[in-house]
Amino acid sequence: MEILLVLGCPLLGAMLLAVVGAKRYAAEVSVAISLATLLAAAALVLRIIHGGSMTALHEEFFIDPFNVFLVALTALVGFTTSVFSRPYMRIEAEHGRLTPGRLRLYHSMYQLFMAAMLLALTTNNMGFLWVSMEMATLSTVLLVSLYRTRASVEAAWKYFILCGVGIALALFGTALLYAAAESVLGGEGMNALLWTHLNAVKGQLEPRVMGLAFVFLLVGYGTKVGLAPLHNWLPDAHAEGPTPVSAVLSGLLLNVALYAVIRCKILADGALHSTLPGHMLMSFGLLSTVLASFFLWRQRDIKRLFAYSSIEHMGIITFAFGMGGPIANFAALLHMTMHSLTKSAIFFAAGHATQLSGTQRMDKIRGLLAIHPSVGWGLMLGGLAILGMPPFGVFTSEYLVLITAMRDHPWATPILLGALAVAFAAIFSRLQPMVFGDTDDRPLPHTPALVPVFIHLGIVLMMGVYIPPALAEWYRLAARLIAG
Amino acid sequence: MAHLNLATQFVQMLAGALLLISFAMLAERRSRRLLILLVWQGAVLVASTLLVASTAHLTHLFYSAALTLVLKVCVLPWILFRLMRKLGIERDNEPLVNLPTLMLVGLGLVIFAFGLAQPVSALATTVLRDTLGIALAVILLSFLMILARRKAFTQVIGFLSLENGLFFAATSTTYGMPMVVELGMALDLLVAVFIFGIFFFHIREQFDSLDLDQLESLKED
Repeated sequence: MEILLVLGCPLLGAMLLAVVGAKRYAAEVSVAISLATLLAAAALVLRIIHGGSMTALHEEFFIDPFNVFLVALTALVGFTTSVFSRPYMRIEAEHGRLTPGRLRLYHSMYQLFMAAMLLALTTNNMGFLWVSMEMATLSTVLLVSLYRTRASVEAAWKYFILCGVGIALALFGTALLYAAAESVLGGEGMNALLWTHLNAVKGQLEPRVMGLAFVFLLVGYGTKVGLAPLHNWLPDAHAEGPTPVSAVLSGLLLNVALYAVIRCKILADGALHSTLPGHMLMSFGLLSTVLASFFLWRQRDIKRLFAYSSIEHMGIITFAFGMGGPIANFAALLHMTMHSLTKSAIFFAAGHATQLSGTQRMDKIRGLLAIHPSVGWGLMLGGLAILGMPPFGVFTSEYLVLITAMRDHPWATPILLGALAVAFAAIFSRLQPMVFGDTDDRPLPHTPALVPVFIHLGIVLMMGVYIPPALAEWYRLAARLIAG
Repeated sequence: MAHLNLATQFVQMLAGALLLISFAMLAERRSRRLLILLVWQGAVLVASTLLVASTAHLTHLFYSAALTLVLKVCVLPWILFRLMRKLGIERDNEPLVNLPTLMLVGLGLVIFAFGLAQPVSALATTVLRDTLGIALAVILLSFLMILARRKAFTQVIGFLSLENGLFFAATSTTYGMPMVVELGMALDLLVAVFIFGIFFFHIREQFDSLDLDQLESLKED
């Protein structure tokens, strides 16, 4: 029941906004829909806490501690982003960058995107997982090119083709998975794509077919996670789309794609009886972290900078999942949460910063503290948080990843530490002149919505100092599920 | 090879035709003929699916063949033909540099595909199991086409040919995915082509042509 509400709210909202999206109150409607989704997600969480994992609607949906926490996170960030986008998009419209028609497209597609991600998270059917991942791409493509500038059309085309091709590989992987499953589960094969059924028989799945399937699934969904060397679309799409879209792409879509990879990894682990899937995740993760941290130095655009930082952090999370085991999985889940909250907060602040100075070029953004202290502080604190400074939660999760790496894979620790140091220097040296210094920019026509920024950073800070025992237990449960 | 019945031989012949069409697409310069080749590819796909459905007595494959016929042979080509006329690119001629190299790379991909498909083919129980290599080859050749071509329209044709290859792969390993999943995929594909259509106009509006060589501004500097 709660599942239907979680999926129904954004889906009906998308239809409603397709009609009234151009009206003046559309942003408020969008906020209300996101709030309803958040409440439904909260109800779902309560149900799982009391009743444990469950399947629903002929087992087509499956909720366990692993995905319910991502559902909650997605609904939360979806809600705060809609709150942020209300004044942000209004300012954009006043700057003449958007027409009412495009605002309608924006509001409607935003809700559809939410629905696609929530479907991907809750479905039990690997086929539907693929369909909804593709839906998530399709609904955001036109959002990336919302401004219809040359650069944004180019970015959207790249996003479309690369992710389209990537996700096609995942479909081939799904077909192979189905082939492996059908010989075990047999029959008409109606259950052969249901994850719970696959998980029950994963030990009997033919290892060679599963190995091949996992490679295709990893590369396919990995493209959407932004793992190097398949990350090319990510910086462009994040930099050229409107800021709320950058925030949800970076904070949520990458998580959802990684979720798909991890679901497949659990199956592959069981079928292969080897460390191959884990090692593949580790190498992809390490490569992404290292490459992204060096690319950070070459960025001049503020949103591109933080897009590369997303690739770096997804690399760390993928690496942690690759190491496996309860502690590494715990760290990965925690880092997923922390990254998603921090990065969306940074994009919110960076969005207003670009509106203040009228450009995304970092050498033109100056003196944020002087003109708008809350934007400046938001960007500075967000930057410090994402760089893993204590006492923010990112520090806790990165620390856990590092000590696990030191224990299990000592060779990887210096590489990770080096990449983190390079990233620190790159981002901090850019952040400092943007926040401090003088400026002659004028203030914004509307009060910016910075409450979401400080809510996100507040949660991140709290998690760094004190993780509530109930939440820690929940993470531990999810980590154990993933470890199998 | 063991004795093969007539239907299997016929299916394998159709699979061969699919591979030939993929190579023809790789070498075709004119947008219009490329689209016609895509229609042929879809038609061959429908024929082979129907044949498999009738030999293996699978009703759900008949439905999926019908879905393919409607979507890939009728609706999508119709949309694309209309787009082509509206954009006035029917006679577009795309210069193809080093075609021989492209063909050689294509051949290499086919060999690679057969190698990769071997362990899976050995396990599959379907009539089509020997054709998985061909399906994978079609997928890889479509990739090559998307990579090698510099026109938006041609890349979309490559994308659709990739879809065809995937569909063929699914039928040859497992007699197709469950029906609901296939419906979902068909919906995604239809939406994708609509969005491609919108994009053609956006790209032309911004760049005055559908040449992707001009889409080179977003590079790492």
